[in-house]
Order: sequence, then structure tokens, then C-alpha cells
Amino acid sequence: MINTPTETNLDTVQASPKMAARGVNVYYGDNHAIKDIDLNLYADEVTSLIGPSGCGKSTFLRCLNRMNDTIPICRVSGQILLEDDDIYTSGIDVVQLRARVGMVFQKPNPFPKSIYDNIAYGPRIHGLAAHRTDLDEIVTTSLEKAGLWQEVKDRLDTSGTALSGGQQQRLCIARAIAVNPEVILMDEPCSALDPIATAKIESLIDELSGRYAIIIVTHSMQQAARISRKTAFFHLGEMVEYGDTTEIFTSPKEDRTRDYITGRIG
Amino acid sequence: MTDRSKITTVNSSVPTDWKSDAMQARIGRRYRRERIFRSLGLAAVVISVLFLVFLLGNIVKNGAYGFMQTSVSLDVTFNADLLGDPSVLSAEEFTEKVRKTNMLRLIQASMRDLFPDVKGRRDTRALLRLVSTGARAQLRDMILANPSLVGNTERVELLTSDDIDQVIKGNIDITLAEANRKVKDKELSWLKTLQDDDRISLDFHSQFLTGGDSREPELAGVWGAIVGSALTLMVTLVTAFPIGLFAAVYLEEFAPKNRFTDIIEININNLAAVPSIVFGLLGLAVFLSVMGMPRSAPIVGGLTLALLTLPTVIIASRASIAAVPPSIRDAARGLGASPMQVVFHHVIPLAMPGIMTGTIIGMARALGESAPLLMIGMVAFIVDIPGSINDAATVLPVQIYLWADSPERAFVEKTSAAIMVLLFFLIAMNGVAIWLRQKFEQKW
Ligand SMILES: Nc1ncnc2c1ncn2[C@@H]1O[C@H](COP(=O)(O)OP(=O)(O)OP(=O)(O)O)[C@@H](O)[C@H]1O
Ligand SMILES: [Mg+2]
Repeated sequence: MINTPTETNLDTVQASPKMAARGVNVYYGDNHAIKDIDLNLYADEVTSLIGPSGCGKSTFLRCLNRMNDTIPICRVSGQILLEDDDIYTSGIDVVQLRARVGMVFQKPNPFPKSIYDNIAYGPRIHGLAAHRTDLDEIVTTSLEKAGLWQEVKDRLDTSGTALSGGQQQRLCIARAIAVNPEVILMDEPCSALDPIATAKIESLIDELSGRYAIIIVTHSMQQAARISRKTAFFHLGEMVEYGDTTEIFTSPKEDRTRDYITGRIG
Repeated sequence: MTDRSKITTVNSSVPTDWKSDAMQARIGRRYRRERIFRSLGLAAVVISVLFLVFLLGNIVKNGAYGFMQTSVSLDVTFNADLLGDPSVLSAEEFTEKVRKTNMLRLIQASMRDLFPDVKGRRDTRALLRLVSTGARAQLRDMILANPSLVGNTERVELLTSDDIDQVIKGNIDITLAEANRKVKDKELSWLKTLQDDDRISLDFHSQFLTGGDSREPELAGVWGAIVGSALTLMVTLVTAFPIGLFAAVYLEEFAPKNRFTDIIEININNLAAVPSIVFGLLGLAVFLSVMGMPRSAPIVGGLTLALLTLPTVIIASRASIAAVPPSIRDAARGLGASPMQVVFHHVIPLAMPGIMTGTIIGMARALGESAPLLMIGMVAFIVDIPGSINDAATVLPVQIYLWADSPERAFVEKTSAAIMVLLFFLIAMNGVAIWLRQKFEQKW
């Protein structure tokens, strides 16, 4: 169970997965959006979810930190494990889960507060900083890790919404990092950004990949190829293929994967 | 799809002739329609502005004199024999004596000096009636505030009666036959004498803004009604704002969407359209009959008006809560904020300008309401300035209603002046609402 057969030829032996989906099905009312998905997500690596629009990538991603809970018609079955705990059992604390599994959204969504308060909000509500100095420290290191520190260090008290789109997205990443998550989910984080801002975010993801399990939804296959170790291809709610990114892009096993990569479905 | 492509090919085979007569006529018609539409709109605006100007002009014309009052300067001798000597008596004894003194005698004495040939009790009384009944209190307060007046003769300005005031303001037609007017020829001749002596003046009358109600128009003031309105609105705000806010937050953020909440929602919208007097009946039945609260009191008025404003507050709050973008909620949730933290840290602060605007507009509506308050007895004649929410009080619109109902000619201008005061507060409240909206307007 630790390694799926496709991974046996990897040079590094994988530890147990950070998160795992076991027979996950998601329904929106009668719409069967996610069909029987099994997937392992490992710490210290980036996993890309690719697939045509409407195939359920966002839906699956939002299952991983139970953001789907707020959609009344959404129903999830199967197991999603964070380390060894099923996050959909009733005993789980959703608030704590979301602190461990952070999320960055497609559209940058900073709070209309100061840059400082944007970063400090998470640590504050989780009581991660005992003193103001600790909080300052968290804010500084989060912004540094997100590669935004140099640009904003002199104006931490200006509004986060006054930054450029790319800066806002890095602010959102810094905000997610600030609560010290174990997993970061990113839903098309670069889709609203220009190539330069995209490049910055990509190198940031690259840097962060050693410390967190990162799962990213992207429509850009070049991006998936550049930043992720593993790629999962979704189509019509099913996970068609999962494996090393290089293998998926150079020698896909499934016809549908090949068709998508070569632009025949989408 | 096929249809459109066919049309495109048909059209593209013959280039459109934009200069053809048919085309020119079409363009001409389009311009003409646009002009007609614009002039209709302009006409509508002009008509409404005219109405407004007429209304306001009328109120200001009638009401301006309401802030002014005629007074007469008399040389009053503060007779120590009558009033007692403050240097001999103790302070309490002096006060006591002054309170007991009939000040009319001081006025009578100074009038006698001015009109030595007025004899007989009837004429003397008529002469004294030139001066307002409030002049006695005026003199008394003057003496008590400054006991050193005793023994001296001072020129003091005393209010005239409302009839004399109306003559001065030109509201009584003195060309009418004597029998048909309230102010007789004799009084007019005395008034003439006083005027020739330069003793009559028409000045700003601060008592109108600082005094309570009175049967005498020249003594009546709006302060009692202003305080009553303030106390009532305070009760309304303190009840309607939190209840409305929490109801809106619950309905918008937490309530499950089912038949039951649908029914509640429809009924809240219906309540906003219920005539206000119905809320008065409800207040009468619940607060007075069942709960036995005091009649005519701001607490009951405030609670009744709170019922009236609640739907407005709830609807405005829900609208501004719904306008907070979902992405902000997602961002907070994604960081692990609990539903309550999402609401209190993000949604309510961002919705607050809209909530406050809605609340102020609801308050402004409550400030202008009179009908529901009539039902709970806030329509009584109340002279004292209310000191607490349990005292009998009246409010500005009801005061206006009461004065409009009074027979004295002088209350006409008091009514308009009170309307001006009410409009001032309404405009001020709406101004604050607009200011809040612009100051805190969020751009996403
Ligand atoms: N809130 C919702 N309510 C109902 N149905 C939904 C909702 N969100 C998604 N769906 C449905 O679930 C399916 C998967 O949607 P999802 O958003 O996961 O697709 P996606 O792969 O992220 O697409 P895209 O690449 O366009 O973002 C679609 O059929 C969509 O209509
Ligand atoms: Mg999506």
C-alpha cells in the first residue's frame, strides 16, 4: 500500500503518503463530479492536477481541506487521510484541519486590511504567537519565504489590496505559510497573472516544495512539467492516470492522457 | 448558427450603404427619439424640483417667523417693598418671597407710568394682556438670578402676547372691522404708542429651541419634543440595531435554506411594507396592555418604532452582508477561521458601512413617524422636558401634529418652524448616512 506499482522504478523510496484519497466520490446533488478516486500525495513534493475544464480538479482539491463543506448540495463519500486520520470522520476539527492544510485560491484574495494584518491573521486566530515580537517574526519570515519581503518591507501597514496581482498572490501564499501548514493546496494560482509574476510564483513553489506537500491545479502543461514531480490527469470526474510528471508527458500510458496532452481533448 | 452565417454571407456580398436615404432617415429617427427621451427626463426632474422648492419655500416662509418673537421694553421698578430686601432677608426667605410675589404688579406699575390715562379695571387688564403671561416667570427668574436688581429701575425686554406678536408680524389684518378681529382698536393704539416710543422689537427667540410645549404660542418650544425624539430613537436604535444585525447575520450566514427560512424571509419583506399605524396597534396591545409599560413614554414609543425599523435594518444588513465577496470568506475559512470568526472578523466589519447606512435610514424613518405613536398615547400635551425613557414625552412629528391642530394663529408659524427643525435632523441623518457610505465604500 505504501508504493503504487508505477512508483517502484523511482530512485527514491517513498515514505508513507502525507495525504491519501481512498475511493472518493463527490456529488453535487445528482451530479457525480468525482468518481472513485484513489490518490497518494507525498510530503516534500509537488503534485499537479491537470485535466480539461469541469473535470473536477477544483472539487477534488477542495475535498482535501473540506472547503466543500460550505456547499450545501455537496456530498463526499470515501476516505481522505491526513497522515493516518480520516478527515471526514465526525471527530475531526475542521478549523485545525484547515490550519494544517492551507489553500491558495485562483484569484488573489487578500483581506482588505494591512499587509501585516493579512499575514498575522492566521497566527492570531490559532494563537501561534505569544508576543508581538513573535508575530513580527512570523510576518517577516513568511514574507521572506514568499519572496515578497524586499518589495513590501517598508509599507507593511498599507492595504494588501493595493498590491499588484502577482504581489497579492504571493501575499496570499505568505498568508497560508504563516500558519505553518503541512500541505498547501493551490487552485490555478497563476491563472490571473502575467508571465513574470507566474515565473516568480513558480520559483517560489519550487523553493517551498522541500518543506510542504504542495498540490497544484493548473491548466498549463508547461507549468506542470516545470514545477511538479507527480502529475494526475483527471477527465470527466475520473482520475485517468497518475505518475511521474516526466513519464506522463513523454510516455503516457492512457490514450486519453495522450489526447489531452497533445491538445485533442480539452 | 447556420442562420447567422447565411445572413453574414448575404450581407457581406453587398457592402452596407451608410449614406443611403433610408439609412440617414433611420439615424435621424434615432437622434430624435434620444432627444425626446432626454427632454422627458429633464421635465420630470424639473417638475419634482419645482414641487420641492415650493414645499420648502412655503415651510421656510411660514416658519422663519416661528423662530422670532416680539418683545416690549418696559422700565420695571424692582420694588423692595413688594419683593423683600435681599440684604435683610436670608437667601431662602428672599427666594420664597419672590416666588410668592405677583410679578404682574411690577408690570402694572411700569405700564401705569407709560399710560397714565388708562383707568378702569377692564382697560387695565387689557393693557396688561399686551404682555405675555410668560413675562411673570421671566421677571421672577431675572430677580432670582440677580437679587441686586431689587430697589432699582431697569429697562427689561418682556415677551408680548401672541396676538400683539401676530400684529407685528403682519399676520392679523388690522383693516378689518373691529368686531371681526381679535386685537381691538384700543390695543392697537397702545401698541402704536409703544412703537413710537421704540419699545417694540422683533428678535430671535431662543426659547423656541430650548423650551417645552406651552398653551401660549409665544412660550412654546420644541426642546421637549427634541429630547423626546432623541430618547425614543435611542431606545429604537438600542433594540433594532443589534436584533436586526444578528437576525441578518443568522439568516445570511448560518440559516439552512429551507421552506421555513423562506417563509421568514418573505414575511420580513412583507413587514417592511406594513402601514406604520399597524405597528402602533401592536405596540398598544403588547407593550401597554400585556406588559403594562407606562403610557406616552419614550421606552414604549422606541420599542414600537423598533418593530417598524427592524425590517428595514434586516433587509439593508442582509444586502450588505451578501455583498461581501465570497472570496473573502473563502480566504478566512482556508486559514482555519471558524464560522463565527469569519463573520465577526471579516463579514461584519466589511458590511458595517452598509449596515449603518441602512440603520440610519431606518432611524430617519422612525424619526418622522407619528401615526404609531398616536396609538400608544405619545400625543399628550407635555410641558416638562422628559428626563428619562419612562417619563411622559412627545416627539417632533407629534408636536407638529399637535400644533397644527391648535386654534391660535401664532401656532401656524410654530408648526412650520418645528417642521424645519425636524427636516434639519432628517437631512443631517441622511447626510451622515451618505458620508458613511462614501467614506467606507469598499472597492474589490
Ligand atoms: N458549487 C457547485 N455546485 C454545483 N456543481 C458544482 C459546483 N462546483 C462545481 N460543480 C460541478 O462539478 C463539476 C466539476 O467542477 P470543478 O469546478 O471541480 O471543475 P474543474 O476541473 O476545477 O474545472 P476548471 O478547470 O474549469 O476550474 C462540474 O460539472 C461543475 O459543474
Ligand atoms: Mg477549477
